[in-house]
Amino acid sequence: MADDLILLNLWSSPFGMRVRIALAEKGLDYELIEEDLSNKSPLLLKMNPVRKQIPVLIHKGRPICESLIIVQYIDEVWRHKSPLLPSDPYARAKSRFWADYVDKNIYAIGKLVWGATGEIQEAAKKELIEWFKVLEGEVGDKPYFGGDSFGIVDVALIPFYSWFYAVETCGNFSIVAECPKLVSWAKRCMERESVSKSLPDQYKMYCFLLELKTKFQAQ
Amino acid sequence: MAEEVKLFGMWGSPFSRRIEIALKLKGVSYEYIEEDLQNKSPLLLKYNPVHKKVPVLLHNGKPIAESIVILEYIEETWKTNPIWPADPYERAIARFWAKFFDDKCGLAAWNACWAEEKEKEKAMEEASECLKTLEGELKDKKFFGGDKVGMVDIVAIFIAFWLRVLQEVVGADLLTPEKFPALFKWSEELVGCPIIKENLPPRDRLIILFRARLESSK
Repeated sequence: MADDLILLNLWSSPFGMRVRIALAEKGLDYELIEEDLSNKSPLLLKMNPVRKQIPVLIHKGRPICESLIIVQYIDEVWRHKSPLLPSDPYARAKSRFWADYVDKNIYAIGKLVWGATGEIQEAAKKELIEWFKVLEGEVGDKPYFGGDSFGIVDVALIPFYSWFYAVETCGNFSIVAECPKLVSWAKRCMERESVSKSLPDQYKMYCFLLELKTKFQAQ
Repeated sequence: MAEEVKLFGMWGSPFSRRIEIALKLKGVSYEYIEEDLQNKSPLLLKYNPVHKKVPVLLHNGKPIAESIVILEYIEETWKTNPIWPADPYERAIARFWAKFFDDKCGLAAWNACWAEEKEKEKAMEEASECLKTLEGELKDKKFFGGDKVGMVDIVAIFIAFWLRVLQEVVGADLLTPEKFPALFKWSEELVGCPIIKENLPPRDRLIILFRARLESSK
């Protein structure tokens, strides 16, 4: 394989989508291995013994774990094409800050909006809208979070666009009504092939998440 | 233009001290501003409106928040005495361990010390698992960074200093030379390093702080 790259992934994982987007932005070939998290492969357990999670990028036999760490690695090794971080240290710090913000907040809260019910769901919905509004304030009217160039903050956040239908339907609210600029930003990102090819269809995701929700509630 | 570096911190915070250690290791002069976290200054709230926390680094008027983000910025801005690996793969590994520490270890160790009786055993087990993982990563290296103190050592310093003080105060024996010989030895080496030992909180003051918290939780 030309670039000696293997990605251990799960189609529904927003974290896996981040890595696929970054690889596509750089025009890299790789072998995609779909994991079954209820039956983790020996390869996954060998390559990520500490967290035992996907995504894992294996480059020339060496594993890199944690989605945003993988994205930064890809950006540093294949620096010459489509940089995902700006070159100025202060601008890089701002990008890292906002990517970290997405990492800290969106997944856990979003999961409660599609996965929980009652008061927990209501509280999560309010919090998610609040985080989305902060992010909307940060992107504003810019094409992307970093300005004119698609970058790591966009990569960190856009996979959650695949959750929008699920979150709106389960939470009974409209994201475009609450955060129209964020939706404009998302649609702009979706015009990029790297993004549209890496994100599953929103309805397919909704059906999958509903199944998970039923499983959680049964437990 | 003369460079202006300011750090908003709190004397007892391991996150704040990470930044001070990094700046000192690189020989960067800075003005330190102590924050009262019960009464945050308008400047702190202006420079970190999103999280409203310390540390915040201000470089020529531009604020940077979140300790790992600040550590990356410091490395990229002041090139003397690198604390991050130069190789992209080694750097990815260092970032992994820093994230593992921040996401799991620090909190697990802190929670284990403060856990109530009924949750104590489980919390101690979880914390021990984290320390075991760190012990495995350290192996026979002097520091996580190899022969020299590196970024992961600076991030994990909570274990080397704060935890050892805290476990004494609350009577928990989490990090002992018997249970984690490599990690224990590392903690002694790390806090013994010249620049580092001058930039840790005064032990007595930390004991008072932890004791007060212990009393108020009874």
